[in-house]
Amino acid sequence: MISDLQRERLAYRRSRSRRSVLVAFASTVVFAAVAVLAVTNSPGWPRVRQSFFNAEVAWRTLPALLDGLWLNLRVLVVCEVLILVLALGIAVLRTLRGPVWFPVRALATGYVDFFRGLPLIICLYLIGFGLPGLRLSGIPNDPVLLGGIALVLVYSAYVAEVFRAGIESVHPSQLAAAKSLGLGHAKTMRIVVLPQAVRRVLPALLNDFVALQKDCGLISVLGAVDAVRAAQITASTSYNFTPYVVAGLLFVLLAIPSGRLADWVSRRATNRQGA
Amino acid sequence: MTVEPVLSVRGLVKSYDGNRVLDGVDLDVGEHQVVVLIGPSGSGKSTLLRCVNLLEDLDDGRLLLDGDDISDPRHDAGKARRRMGIVFQAFNLFPHLSVLDNITLAPREVHGVPRKEATQRALDLLDRVGLSDKANSYPDRLSGGQQQRVAIARALAYEPRLLLLDEITSALDPELVGEVLALVRELAGQGGTILMATHEMGFARQVADQVVFLDHGAVVETGPPEQVLGDPRHERTRLFLRRVIDAGRI
Repeated sequence: MISDLQRERLAYRRSRSRRSVLVAFASTVVFAAVAVLAVTNSPGWPRVRQSFFNAEVAWRTLPALLDGLWLNLRVLVVCEVLILVLALGIAVLRTLRGPVWFPVRALATGYVDFFRGLPLIICLYLIGFGLPGLRLSGIPNDPVLLGGIALVLVYSAYVAEVFRAGIESVHPSQLAAAKSLGLGHAKTMRIVVLPQAVRRVLPALLNDFVALQKDCGLISVLGAVDAVRAAQITASTSYNFTPYVVAGLLFVLLAIPSGRLADWVSRRATNRQGA
Repeated sequence: MTVEPVLSVRGLVKSYDGNRVLDGVDLDVGEHQVVVLIGPSGSGKSTLLRCVNLLEDLDDGRLLLDGDDISDPRHDAGKARRRMGIVFQAFNLFPHLSVLDNITLAPREVHGVPRKEATQRALDLLDRVGLSDKANSYPDRLSGGQQQRVAIARALAYEPRLLLLDEITSALDPELVGEVLALVRELAGQGGTILMATHEMGFARQVADQVVFLDHGAVVETGPPEQVLGDPRHERTRLFLRRVIDAGRI
């Protein structure tokens, strides 16, 4: 049972939202049409279509690209696990207080400063070509392994800072409460601080995960036959750039579920805080 | 035979940026005694309690807990804290842990009590504070008064020698103050040793064995409640009480 006044208001709100949907839909259609027309009517379009969007080449090279993508996926999973462990360790080391821990703290800070600032591609070259170049026994030669090491080094520096932000966001009153119960630093961290910190930075962590997903393609510069490298090989044999586009689309497809997961996690985090 | 007090504070000094928040405080809390700290905001009540719990470094003076000098830097602060419980103004419950886990945390992780036993004790405590049905709830699902009662249960879970209560009703809606004060009254009646800061003068008058009036970081006046609150000797105490009465807090 609602009053006529409320019924009239609801009807008004419904008509407003219908209008908004229609306006959004129409503007999207117009924009897409203009973009498509502009591209397809450009003088070079037939050539671009032939060399970038060739369905036959796409279909023929897809199996090789998927093989490559499978390597990217495996690298992604292994690296992500190592990155999380290493980054958490570095972040915790940076929070240690007291003069005894100065060297450890300084080392962790130096690590973060260095690897966060170093361009990934240069780190890849240094590790991928420089390390084996030393010709020391026991140094691996596998581009996948070396590429993975470079990714872990650079990304763990980033992710360590994400963790540290989370750790520092836990209110001092929580530390006081833990201390007052007699908990030491290690247990305070493990039981009180880290669970709250990790929950808070989960959206940021997932964002870095998506970034890592595509940066895994950079191990191709060391010669690892991943999706990007496979695209390079097939492109050079078919004299056609379509494999790059397909590889790119495969990375995009890979990123969509992670992106939706990140959205869902941040929405849930917001809701929880509101509760 | 003189009975040794549970807590002795001697010449306690604490400064922040050269500002003396505590300026040589002396006070004793005897076994089964309830000592209530009163005084204007900024008089040092909270700082005193935090210093006693060793959450702040002292700048001078001594803290004796059952005769042990816990302010000695050679004394393990963690071990000293295990013999005291503190309840904060803003509850400071752990939001990611259930009510039950909040209470069993210290017994299990600090005192080595097996989980089963700790859980049983926690459930008994929850029964005592009237929240048996909330064991598996999370703190943000409880009202302020309920959260504060859980915080009291958490502080009692390892049977501390001394309970410190830091303005535990100041952050509560007026209608929730009563339930928390009733619990403290009950603890006092059961022989708990309590040092508390509060603005609830009526409560202080009923429950306190000793009232300590603190102003500008120093003890101005100490005595039984009927004397300090009813017939204060000091002009500053009188002035403070008059302001409290004018504010309708009595």
